[in-house]
Amino acid sequence: MSERVLEVLKAKFGDAVLKTHSQFGDDTAIVDAKSWKAVCRFLRDDPQMSFDMFTDLCGVDYPDRNPRIEVVLHLYSTQRRHRVRLKCAVGDEDMGGCEVDSICDLWVGANWFEREAYDLVGVTFKGHPDLRRILMYPEFEGHPLLKDYPADRAQPLVPYRTEAEAGVPLEKLAPFAHDEGMPFGRHPTREHGEN
Amino acid sequence: MEPIDLDLDENELELPSEPMHLNMGPSHPAMHGTVRIVLELSGETIVKSDVQIGYLHRGFEKMCERGTWGQVFPYVDRLNYVSPMLNNVGYALAVEKMCEIQVPDRCQWYRMILGELARMSDHLTCTGAMAMELGAFTPFLWYIKAREMIWDILEEETGARLTHSFGRIGGMANPPTPALKEMCKNSIKAVLSLVEEGEGMLLKNRIFLDRLEGVGIISGADAIALSWTGPCLRASGVAYDVRKSHPYLKYDEVDFDMPLGKNGDNLDRFLIRLAELRQSARIILQACDRMADEGPVNCDDPRVVLPPKSEVYTTIEGTIQHFKLIMEGAKVPAGECYSYTEGGNGELGFYLVSDGTGTPYRVRIRPPCFAITGGLSKLINGAMLSDIVPTFGSLNMIGGECDH
Repeated sequence: MSERVLEVLKAKFGDAVLKTHSQFGDDTAIVDAKSWKAVCRFLRDDPQMSFDMFTDLCGVDYPDRNPRIEVVLHLYSTQRRHRVRLKCAVGDEDMGGCEVDSICDLWVGANWFEREAYDLVGVTFKGHPDLRRILMYPEFEGHPLLKDYPADRAQPLVPYRTEAEAGVPLEKLAPFAHDEGMPFGRHPTREHGEN
Repeated sequence: MEPIDLDLDENELELPSEPMHLNMGPSHPAMHGTVRIVLELSGETIVKSDVQIGYLHRGFEKMCERGTWGQVFPYVDRLNYVSPMLNNVGYALAVEKMCEIQVPDRCQWYRMILGELARMSDHLTCTGAMAMELGAFTPFLWYIKAREMIWDILEEETGARLTHSFGRIGGMANPPTPALKEMCKNSIKAVLSLVEEGEGMLLKNRIFLDRLEGVGIISGADAIALSWTGPCLRASGVAYDVRKSHPYLKYDEVDFDMPLGKNGDNLDRFLIRLAELRQSARIILQACDRMADEGPVNCDDPRVVLPPKSEVYTTIEGTIQHFKLIMEGAKVPAGECYSYTEGGNGELGFYLVSDGTGTPYRVRIRPPCFAITGGLSKLINGAMLSDIVPTFGSLNMIGGECDH
């Protein structure tokens, strides 16, 4: 981690950098959600920074705070070998306005990590090419890593639906129907001896 | 006999070529049981692919928020179930970073030995399974035999073959057994000769080579952009290994090389894993020489380390300390930290948030496989259907880690 990165960020973005701290040797900058993408772009493109590797992105829920969701991004530079943690806070207590710009076009690797944060914490990434659930199934209700999601909550059963019945294109292909996927010769709709 | 209808347009005589949709997995032997790839095929060529994970999601991060810091160890075991010791050590280091404690030298060497043994078992599984999926069953059996030897050592040390739960905050569950060094020295010799035998079988086999060479190529820049780490990144020629770039434990005091690939194809990824096996063996032998036979393994910090049982049963202080640590958990200072180590597949990161109590506020794991599997689509689009098997095998996706 490098404290110099924080100084450059403060000088360059001024008020958009809300707070910085260095704890346990990790340097953190908390930025305004509006300038999230601009800061990321600067960190990637500036030759002094050159954060070419996206490392990690996740969401953390703090229900007592407003905004409550913290989006945490870790970056690494393979050339300069320094790291930085970038955070921004979004979303009010009812998860309204819980959105931030997607950084998928800056680092391709962010794609799945943003989908995961959307899935588990409920942050919407504006401009993400393919924002859908990744670890949970499409019919899952709620976002499990929110603090107000009870760990023992049961999810409703999902009935078998075809794409036509659902009315909307399903995010995944429908599971096999009853008569599909059987080995040849054991087709339930066929009578014995017919083949 | 019907006359042929000569009025037909030429195009209509061709076979219809609508794209075909194919589900590969999750119940497919080459998908390691946990990944589904929805493919759009034109003939045998893959036009589009959608890799879907999550079939092994167990809510690891949610579970961690319900117990104490120490109760996370059994969960991290089950992340990467072919090298659980590396996860144990990685998590222990992350919590120790927050508590600002450092374990004694003897423990650091011990962790390195066990961690590298786990890395060897990881690479043996991956390379062996890769060969098996391409039809070479004998090398797979040899590699599993070699892995069994490594697991024998780990069983002797920890009592469990697979899910050790052996790491502790501020040390290890038990000190090294007296037989450790000799077992390592004997087994490593046998393991390396098995590896060599298997290698000789595979690397002279035209069929095996043809399916790996020039297939699933990724450039170094692309691999970095996809945030790949570990052997897969090094196979593309990028020199990034946490053990070298940001040494932890005693990795800066041992002598080992970082093998690099050139083309970034499946063969390179296969060869890098074999080369790393030998480097791990070198590290283990050096660590065995350097590790002291006597001395403390756990650090002397009553805030996090359980007292010895003799004290628990005889003194009131010991009983209270034990009770507090088990019931309330070790109090980790409030704050957040990101700690990273080199796991079997790359950078294994733990982002921990503590509110100062004995229960983690948030345990976020950055699994290397997650990023690597995220790049699978890029590798297989435009390739042939049969190329999926060696390409997917070379990435060494571990379901538990990838799906959290």
